[in-house]
Amino acid sequence: MSERTASLTSRLPAALRRLDPAVATAFGCIIVLLLLGSLYSPEFLSPAYLLQQLKVASFLGVIATGMMIVILLGQIDLSVPWVVAVGGMMACAAAAHGETGMILAIPFGILCGVALGFVNGIGVAYLRIPSMIITLAVNAVAQGLMVAYTGGFSPQDSASTAMRFIATSEIVFGVPMALIVWAVIGAGAVFLFTRTTYGRAIYAIGNRERAAYLSGIDTQRVVMFAFAISGGLSAFGGVLLAGYASKAAQAMGDAYLLPSIAAVVLGGTSILGGRGSYLGTVAGVILITLLQSILSVMQMAEFGRQVIYGVVIIAMLLLYGRERLLR
Amino acid sequence: MSDWRYRLAEQRGTLLAAALFLVMFVIYVSNHPAGFTSNVVQTAANKGVLLALVAMAQTMVVLTAGIDLSVGMIFIFTNCLASYIVTGSTPTAVLGLVGVLIAGLACGVINGLIVIYGRLQPIVTTIATGSIFYGIALWLRPQPGSSDNFNSDIADWMTGKLPGGIPTSLVTLLVVVLVIWVPFRRSEIGRAVYATGSSEVAAYMSGVAIRRAKMAAYSLSGLLSAMGGLYVTFITYSGEASFANGGTYTLYSIAAVVLGGVSLFGGVGSAIGAIFGALAFRTIGDLLFVFDLEPLWQPLFQGVVLLLAVCVGAARLFQVRNRLDLFA
Repeated sequence: MSERTASLTSRLPAALRRLDPAVATAFGCIIVLLLLGSLYSPEFLSPAYLLQQLKVASFLGVIATGMMIVILLGQIDLSVPWVVAVGGMMACAAAAHGETGMILAIPFGILCGVALGFVNGIGVAYLRIPSMIITLAVNAVAQGLMVAYTGGFSPQDSASTAMRFIATSEIVFGVPMALIVWAVIGAGAVFLFTRTTYGRAIYAIGNRERAAYLSGIDTQRVVMFAFAISGGLSAFGGVLLAGYASKAAQAMGDAYLLPSIAAVVLGGTSILGGRGSYLGTVAGVILITLLQSILSVMQMAEFGRQVIYGVVIIAMLLLYGRERLLR
Repeated sequence: MSDWRYRLAEQRGTLLAAALFLVMFVIYVSNHPAGFTSNVVQTAANKGVLLALVAMAQTMVVLTAGIDLSVGMIFIFTNCLASYIVTGSTPTAVLGLVGVLIAGLACGVINGLIVIYGRLQPIVTTIATGSIFYGIALWLRPQPGSSDNFNSDIADWMTGKLPGGIPTSLVTLLVVVLVIWVPFRRSEIGRAVYATGSSEVAAYMSGVAIRRAKMAAYSLSGLLSAMGGLYVTFITYSGEASFANGGTYTLYSIAAVVLGGVSLFGGVGSAIGAIFGALAFRTIGDLLFVFDLEPLWQPLFQGVVLLLAVCVGAARLFQVRNRLDLFA
């Protein structure tokens, strides 16, 4: 079986051969979705609609970038929902404090997320608590902090002009600013993964932490900073979302945990860590966003969306995300 | 019996959880304005049993070194289903009750099939199936509500008191433990579950029926979640497809499992420990009520307790003899 695929792939051109089958499948599915959508309404192929989708995708894209770093380590970050909310709420809270607050709103929101990420990271890396538990606990603490801070209602502070600018404005040719932000963060992630020792260390730890430790990598510090980056990116996603809606809200991050994990995994990154490319995550993010958009354009009821969503994720993973048979 | 020390060590997590629960409960009752009356115990028991059943469900899967993030959604789904079919006269209501349990079992079987034969990771699988179960729940109950002829007699009996003031829910929980957990733990398949959780490769090499063990774990998890869903219907008389509640129960079930001394790496712990973990976790939440703290601080307090509990309970740091063991 493997010999046959090997001879098959050797006949393909070099560029195609290097392409991960998972990434190729994900991009294939995007095209299929767009074609199916265009049968329903030709609007689906218009540049305005596609740019609008990319703008919506960039919020998920920023959050999924952080999730991908953590998943590459073989860990998971379940604190996304309330770290997103903390980012949005704290940025808006800072924006309420006059001129300096307006300037510091975005960095302050991100910094709060980084702080929570460090708590996750210290727990996972140094206390060796399973990431699933500590991030759930930090999620609960973040929720508790925000409920106590806001009194259980959505805060009245609104987003600063800078937050609105990066989330909603458009620059030349109608390219949304949010997409530029995602592109910059994505480029940073690609650079981190492929051109830095830190990036190589992440892949090494994801494959086998013991081996990485024995080859002289300070694995604990790498893991801790990875969670801090993930927290910061989640909070930045929250800042963008708050800028988009011009205010923060309770539970604004709830809709981002499952999609961010799904986007990373659908993009071919192994949930066990050590394998995956950022291009795949981009494909996963666009795929999830398109799926959500098409289901809502078809006026599918919420229950149907939930069911189809789950079925699609399982079906796609069955196509290319299966583990090897134990033997 | 010279091996009592090993037997004690094996049950350490369960005993610690039981002790934690006792301490919490004594503090709770001694500060409760009404004191130790059967009504206080009944209310506490009804709330505790809900979480205890879901925590037992989570334990089954965690023992195989997997995780079931859909327990909360099966709980919500069966709650919505029960609000439709546990209706009419007692025989038809009992029939509906059985139907709800079968539906929960089916959810578990679906999870099991995908994990075992689809060879997908449990965490991703159950997140996705959880979304499906929640979708079905939302289809059944777009708005919270109940049927006109909901059989409230069974509900009242199941959440009421037996002669002597003992809450029925506690007795039900005891029956569930005696009928499901104890035989399961002592059976060949129960051993296979523990073996699979300790080391899947070693279990495979020794000819343990891994697939059957995992299937048993996932389907029992669905069944026990459905029992939790039934119980919440008995308490509220209605069904509600609440995404937040589903997420909360999943989170709390993991917290209860950890407090109860069940290892998330699989193969260690018992469902009885998880039950005490669930009861202790519930009592922690109730403590705020008796101490008259602002309700707004409750989520923060529970979060901090959870954080501290896992830091103490799950930190392997203090048992490591060799630095390399850190990365095992």
